[in-house]
This record gives sequence, C-alpha cells and structure tokens, in this order.
Amino acid sequence: MKKKDFMLFLMICIIAAAAFAAFRLLIPQENEELVIIVNGDIYGTYSLEEDCKIEINGTNVCEIKNGAVSMTEADCPDQLCVHQREIASAGDTIVCLPNRVVLQISGNSESEGNGIDATAG
Amino acid sequence: MKRKTAYLGMMSAAAILLGYIESLLPLSIGVPGVKLGISNLAAVFVLYYYGTKEAALVSAVRILVIGFMFGNLFSILFSLAGAALSLLVMAGVKRIRGFSVFGVSMAGGVSHNVGQLIVAALVVENFYLLYYLPVLLISGLVCGCLIGIASGAVIRRVRPESLNNV
Repeated sequence: MKKKDFMLFLMICIIAAAAFAAFRLLIPQENEELVIIVNGDIYGTYSLEEDCKIEINGTNVCEIKNGAVSMTEADCPDQLCVHQREIASAGDTIVCLPNRVVLQISGNSESEGNGIDATAG
Repeated sequence: MKRKTAYLGMMSAAAILLGYIESLLPLSIGVPGVKLGISNLAAVFVLYYYGTKEAALVSAVRILVIGFMFGNLFSILFSLAGAALSLLVMAGVKRIRGFSVFGVSMAGGVSHNVGQLIVAALVVENFYLLYYLPVLLISGLVCGCLIGIASGAVIRRVRPESLNNV
C-alpha cells in the first residue's frame, strides 16, 4: 500500500466518523414515532408505545413490539426489508425498495428545539 | 483486435461468474447494500489492462446479464448507478500519480456504495437514508481493500504480453 492509498483510507474513515457524529447530534433522540412513507408521501404516523401490526397497501406488514419496529411481511422477491434488524431510535429506517415503502423513526417535532441539549446532556 | 474482443468476452464471463458466486455468499449484517463486490475484481483488472472504456463495457455486460438472470429492473438500475460512479472515480484516481491498485479499488468500493445510496434516496424520495452513509462508507472501504489485495495479486501474475501480443 502506498502513502497516498493510506491517506485516502484515513480520509474516508474521518468522513465516515464525522457523518456518524453529525447524524447523532442533529437527530433528536426523544419522543420517537414511526412514520410510514409510501412513494414519498406520508402514509401514517404511529406511536411506538403501543404494540400493533400495520398493513401497508396490502404489500407489506410491519410490527411494533416493545418500542421497536420490524417488517414482518413483504410481497417482493428479495425480502431484504424483512431480514433487516428491527429499528428503534430516531433516524433509523427500513426500506422496501420494490414497493417504495419506507419505515422511519422520527423524533417528535415538538422536541426538535431541545434535541441537541438532550443528546449533549 | 479479435484477440481483444475474445479477452473482453472472457473477462465479462469471469465477472458474471464472480457475481453469481457473490449471490451465493450469505453476507448479512442487518444493513442492506453491504456486499463484497467481488465482481469488481474483473472491472479493476480490465481497467488496468485495457482502459476505462473496456472496463465500462465489461461492467455493463455483467450487470445486464446478472440483473436479468437473478434480479429485477430495480436491481439493474441500482447496480448501474453504483458501477458508473465507481468506474468514473476509479479511472480518475488511477490517473493521479501515487495511487496503487489498493487506492483505486478502495475509492471504487466507497463510490459504488455512495452512488447506490444516492439512487436509493432519490427513488424513495427520502434523504433520511443518508443515515446509512457512515456504515456504507466503512463497508465500501473494507471491501475495496480486500478487492484491491486480490486485484493486485492477479495483476502481478498476469503478464501484459500474454494478453496483447501473442
């Protein structure tokens, strides 16, 4: 490995670390809700407090259990979203690309003002 | 000329085979889009032995064939975006003096993932997907390194004259 290769390696590591830190700081961690987005439009918003099963357009089924969300069924051939780990904290997403379904955990908009304080404290 | 066509055909076949082997390897760490990218081996090899145009050709053939055999239109679109950006970046990095095949392959792996992430964000119209960026950067880096080691070993062993002159 030459010197420039190594510098490139370090640079990408630093960018990744910076991006990771930026996302942690910018996205509030409290009052999370599940937002389901289909074709770029919001399909529904659900609280993580109650356990339930949600059917999305007959193509996907997702489940909220103990404050975490997972995709349990999808009619697409690759099943990538079903195999994905469950998500629970703000900013996490599960995507079913063939059906254009996005499950996303978002912080409540009211908490956006003190989100950074909450993380820093 | 004919010899070159034959070799590029062979390389395409090798790339398709590598892509098939990759689809057999279960590599799931909970984040979609993380994969070894061993078919990139063929692209890197052709990039070093022939040039950017030839590498683009081999990649395009590989993606279309693999896509129609195992994937769907989405996966073709997806792979094309990743491969196009990856090839552009690799060709660019290769021109800069001081980079070896490791650096080229690393840059290729990382830019492949970045390209796919951008397309995914555009398709679902949701830029929260960029949350995956750090994970995909690191995985592209690691896989790019591994492919770089493998490509370096292959390039060292195959003599250019055996491909061009004989």
